[in-house]
Amino acid sequence: MADKIATRASYGRALVELGAENPDIVVLDADLSGSTQTKKFADKYPDRFFNAGIAEENMVGMAAGLALSGKIPFCSSFAMFASGRAWELIRNAVVHNRANVKICASHAGITVGADGATHQCVEDLAIMRAIPKMTVINPADDVSARKLIKQAAEMNGPCYIRLGRAACPVVYDEDVNVEIGKALTVREGLDFTVIATGIMVEKAMEAAELLAAEGIQIRILDMHTIKPIDKEAIIHAALETNGIVTAEEHNIVGGLGSAVAEVVCTCAPCKMAMIGVKDRMGESAEPDQLIEKYGLTGKDIAEAVKSLR
Amino acid sequence: MDIKALQEKALLIRQDIIRSTYHAGSGHPGGSLSVTEIVTALYFEVMNIDPKDPKMPGRDKFVLSKGHAAPALYSALAERGYFDRAELVNLRKLEHMLQGHPSLQVPGVEIATGSLGQGFSGAVGFALANRLNKDPGQVYVVLGDGELQEGLVWEAAMAAGHYHLENLIAVVDHNGLQIDGRNDEVMTVNPIDKKFESFGWNTINVADGHDFEQLLDAFAKAKAFANGKPTCIIAETHKGHGVSFMEDQVGWHGKAPNREQAEAAMKELGGEL
Repeated sequence: MADKIATRASYGRALVELGAENPDIVVLDADLSGSTQTKKFADKYPDRFFNAGIAEENMVGMAAGLALSGKIPFCSSFAMFASGRAWELIRNAVVHNRANVKICASHAGITVGADGATHQCVEDLAIMRAIPKMTVINPADDVSARKLIKQAAEMNGPCYIRLGRAACPVVYDEDVNVEIGKALTVREGLDFTVIATGIMVEKAMEAAELLAAEGIQIRILDMHTIKPIDKEAIIHAALETNGIVTAEEHNIVGGLGSAVAEVVCTCAPCKMAMIGVKDRMGESAEPDQLIEKYGLTGKDIAEAVKSLR
Repeated sequence: MDIKALQEKALLIRQDIIRSTYHAGSGHPGGSLSVTEIVTALYFEVMNIDPKDPKMPGRDKFVLSKGHAAPALYSALAERGYFDRAELVNLRKLEHMLQGHPSLQVPGVEIATGSLGQGFSGAVGFALANRLNKDPGQVYVVLGDGELQEGLVWEAAMAAGHYHLENLIAVVDHNGLQIDGRNDEVMTVNPIDKKFESFGWNTINVADGHDFEQLLDAFAKAKAFANGKPTCIIAETHKGHGVSFMEDQVGWHGKAPNREQAEAAMKELGGEL
């Protein structure tokens, strides 16, 4: 677990592999190919790379046209612009047409750090999830990111994949069995459940250590697929443990917490607490400082678990 | 198809536009009537398509970026044999195929449109894909003039110029009107030709976008260009053309005729409701 790799780097690597495996894969970017790591694909397969310039809407619109012509476009920009600026294109040009476009958005959440609020997207999971039949994926680490990106390429249909800027700990072994739509049980426990997504999976593992020291055993579910969400895993957690804490590097409005609450409320009511950005904009600072300030540490998760007792 | 036959088709399409929007009780007759000859020329003379094989490899593709003119497109598709004409009176009705704006469930529709600018952007994607696939098909896209106010249009225009998409032909249906009034009052779009030229396009001005000879001549010229640029045809048209009380009237953008109006319109068009 010593290695730290940003999931955007995992994306760059996966794309190059996909490019070799499938000639229909094409990649679009909006002048951020170095940051999103699509440049690795562009260097290897220049004929299949299209820079849209700083024009995210047109990037997604062109991707829809390419997909309806049989290509498998991967579109990238920062999460703020890929999901925010281009939202309506994703809805009307991609999803409404069932166009096989993969929106892979990097630099999501507050761990963008120093760039500040304009670049710290904490709403993407909510606004992507709100689109009918959209698949929304938020990998926890390098290994699961690469596997989920490969699966997304094989899946016929649009999806949104959230990637991070900052290097984050590798939590899985290379042979981990990760599958779109199925929560991954990272740790077994019967006292409480923490359902985490993205970089918060690793924070949940920290929380588990802290709680274990106090005799509390938590189950950790990596909810890498926010939509379609794994209802069964949530219902089991609600019935078999004494409550659920959700953890996301995203606004507490509309994201993982809301998605889990929708299942809990309608299928298996239980106590819940939500860890996330508490309905506020971000600000400039180092990622770790923001994680601390906004209450997204392992300790914060542990406290939330204890509040359910 | 000769000019006279095209004119007859255009008349049938105009009748369908009135009939279908009347039965729907809503829709956009004005912009459908202004684009009628452009759509007719493409579907009945210019494009290499096969209604029996809507996905024919190498076909030309049409995108109605001003998707609200769907009644004109649907009529052309039905007249061309993509689906049964009887479906036209079920426009905008529950459980029926013909949605208020074009969608993929309609045979012959290549991409859903209606959100302005998006069809154009998708058409640029089609043209890129054709080049990548060594597909000889031409991509045709029709935009409204009000639509040119969308920033996305210029993102797409810039990309088409940058990528030298010679296989892309855009037509601007320049009827001068939009929902809130004349283009010049709402937001000036002129000069359209100079804008496209500065984005790396060839342009062709068509003085009368309801004249088939001028339109066919423009399409022939557009296809003949071999200078690595996409081509934009700016066709001067009249909103509501063919129905005297709708012609050049702002009020007929998104309003269906009532029974009396529909009957009066059909009388002018020589058809029956």
